[in-house]
Amino acid sequence: MTVSNGQRRKERIDRGIKVRTEGIYALSSLRELSYLSVPRLVLIIGMLSLPFAMPSIYWQRVITITCIYALLALSFDFLAHYVGLVCLGGAFFVGTGGYLAAIANTTFGLPPWVTVPLAAVVGGSLCTLLLMPCLPLRGVYFAIVSLMYPLLLARVIEALDILGGTDGIMGIDSFPNRWVEQYFLIGILLLLTFGVRRLVNTDLGLVLRGVKDNDQAIRASGMSVTFYKSIAVFIAAVIGCLSGAYLVHIYMWSGISQFALDFSILPIAATVIGGGGTLVGPVLGCLLLVPISELLRDFGTLRIVFYALILVAFIIFRSEGLMVYGQRKYHQFERWTEV
Amino acid sequence: MQILIYGTINSISLALFAIGFAMVYGVSRLPNFAHGALYVLSGFITWSFLNAVGMNYLLSIVLSMLATGIIGALIYQFVLIRVRGMEISEIMASYALGLAILEGLRWRGFRGMTYTLPSFIEGSTEIAGVSVDYQRLLVVGIGAAVVALLWLFTHYTRIGLALRGMAQDERAAMMLGIDSDRMAVVAMGFGSMLAALAAVVLLPLGNIVVEAGYNVLILAIAVCIVGGLGSWVGAVLAAFLIGFAQILTVVYLGAHYQMVVALLAIILTLILKPSGLFGQQKELEERV
Repeated sequence: MTVSNGQRRKERIDRGIKVRTEGIYALSSLRELSYLSVPRLVLIIGMLSLPFAMPSIYWQRVITITCIYALLALSFDFLAHYVGLVCLGGAFFVGTGGYLAAIANTTFGLPPWVTVPLAAVVGGSLCTLLLMPCLPLRGVYFAIVSLMYPLLLARVIEALDILGGTDGIMGIDSFPNRWVEQYFLIGILLLLTFGVRRLVNTDLGLVLRGVKDNDQAIRASGMSVTFYKSIAVFIAAVIGCLSGAYLVHIYMWSGISQFALDFSILPIAATVIGGGGTLVGPVLGCLLLVPISELLRDFGTLRIVFYALILVAFIIFRSEGLMVYGQRKYHQFERWTEV
Repeated sequence: MQILIYGTINSISLALFAIGFAMVYGVSRLPNFAHGALYVLSGFITWSFLNAVGMNYLLSIVLSMLATGIIGALIYQFVLIRVRGMEISEIMASYALGLAILEGLRWRGFRGMTYTLPSFIEGSTEIAGVSVDYQRLLVVGIGAAVVALLWLFTHYTRIGLALRGMAQDERAAMMLGIDSDRMAVVAMGFGSMLAALAAVVLLPLGNIVVEAGYNVLILAIAVCIVGGLGSWVGAVLAAFLIGFAQILTVVYLGAHYQMVVALLAIILTLILKPSGLFGQQKELEERV
C-alpha cells in the first residue's frame, strides 16, 4: 500500500497464526506448533549449549555469574511487574542466602546439595519476615526502604564484627566440577523462568496482578493485600537467596560485598534493557549486559559508567525493552494507514 | 558540652546535605538520587579550578556552584523531564546518572588522599573548654544563613513564591500561570547549587573522596524521610534529631554505628509513619 503524503500512522494487527495458536488449534499443523515452540526451544537449547560455546574456563565462569544475575533479574521482574513492589534490594536476598549457605556449610558441614535449597527456603522466610513490616508501603517508599536493607545489614555485620566481620567466611566447599556447577544452575534458571511464567497465569498470579493494578479492589473482595504481597515476596526472596547461596559456593567465600549495590542495580538494568514484565526479557538482558561488562573489565570503573549510561538511554528512549519489541514484531505486522 | 557543640555542627552539616534534596523533591516530587554525585562533583570542580587552572579560591567556589547548578538543570532538562511522574524510572535514571558521574570521576583518577580543599580560615578556638576549628564554626554560620536566606527567598521573591506554589499544589500553580516544567528546572538548578554549597563548606574538613557521594545521598534521604518528604521545616528539625543521635552513638558505641543510625532511622520511619514527623502527604498515597 502506498501512502503519498499527509497524515499517516502505523497500524498494528495480530498475525493470523498468533490467533490460531492461542487455543487448541495450535495442534492443527506443524507450522502452528513450531510458531509456538521455536522461540522457547531457541532459549532452552541456546542456554544448554552456552558452556560448550565458551572458549575458556574463565568465560565459562562468566556464564555462571550471568545465570546468577539472571535469577536476580527474574525475581526483580516478577515483583515489580506482577505484584507492583519495586524492590531495589536484590543484594539483601543475595547476602542473606549467601551467609546462610556459608554457615550451614562451614559450621554444620552440610554439602552444597543440601545448603543451597536450605539457604533458599530458610533465607526466603527470613527475608519475608524482615520485609513484612514494610509491605503496606507503596511505590517509591517501598523502593527506598528495600534499598536500605542490604546497606544496613552490611554495616551491622561490620560494626558488630560478627560472621567473620570484614574478612567474611572462608573455606566453603565448591561444586564437584565445573560442568555440574554450570548445568545445575542453567537447569534451575530455565525451570524457574518457565515456572514463574506459569505461576503468573494461575489464580494466585491473577490476584497478585490485582494487587498491582488496584489493591483496594483486592481488599474489597475480602482478601488481605499484605498476605498476598508476603507470598510474592517469599517467592522472589527464595529465588534471590538461591542465587546468593549458589554464588557463595562458586566463590568459596562469603563476605560483606554480597550486600553490595551491584546485586541490586545490575539485575534492574538488565530488566529495563530486556523488557520488564516478560520474565524472559530480564534473562536475555543479563546475557547481554554481564558479558559486555566483563569485556570492559580492563577499563576499570568505566564499565560502570558505561552500563549506567546504557540504562539511562533505555529508560528514556526505549522504555519497553528488547523483549517487548521482539514479541511485537513476532506476533504482529505493521502497515501505514491514512488518518 | 562536647556532645552539644559537635552535635550542633553535625546536625547543621546534615541539614546542608539534605536541603537541596528536600527542595527538589518538595517542588517537583522528584527523588534526585544524583544528589550525592553532584556534591562530590562540585568538590572536584572547585579543586580543578583552584589547582589546575590556578584561580582565586572565592572565584572558583562561585564558579563551581554555578557549574553544578547548570549541570543539575541540564540533567533535568534533557533526561529527567522525559520520565516525569514515573517514580521508579525517575529513581533509576537519576541514580544511574549519579553512578555514572561518581564512577567516571573515579576512572579519571580522582581518588586517594591527595585531593583536599583549603579551609577558609585556619586555626581553632575554644568554646567552653572544647576546641573547635574556625571552619566548623563557619559551617554553623553558613548553614544557619542558608536556612534563613532560603526562607526569605521562598517567602518574598517571585521565583521563590512560584516554587512554593508548585510544592503545595501543582495544578493550582499552573492555573495561575506558573510554568511547571521551567520551575522544576529552576528547582533542580537551585538544589544542585545547594549541594555544591554544602560541598565547598564541608569538604575542607576532610579529603574529597568518591565514596562520600553514596554516604551523602543516604544521609540526605534519611533526613528528608524522617522529616517528611516534601517538608522543608521537617528536614531541618530531622537533621538535628539524626545529628545528635549520630554523635551520641559515636560517643557511647563507636564510630562504626554512625551510618547504622541513619539507615535505621529511614527504615523505622517508613515502617511506623511513612509521611515522616512533619510530612503533609495523605496516608493513602503511600500505604495500603
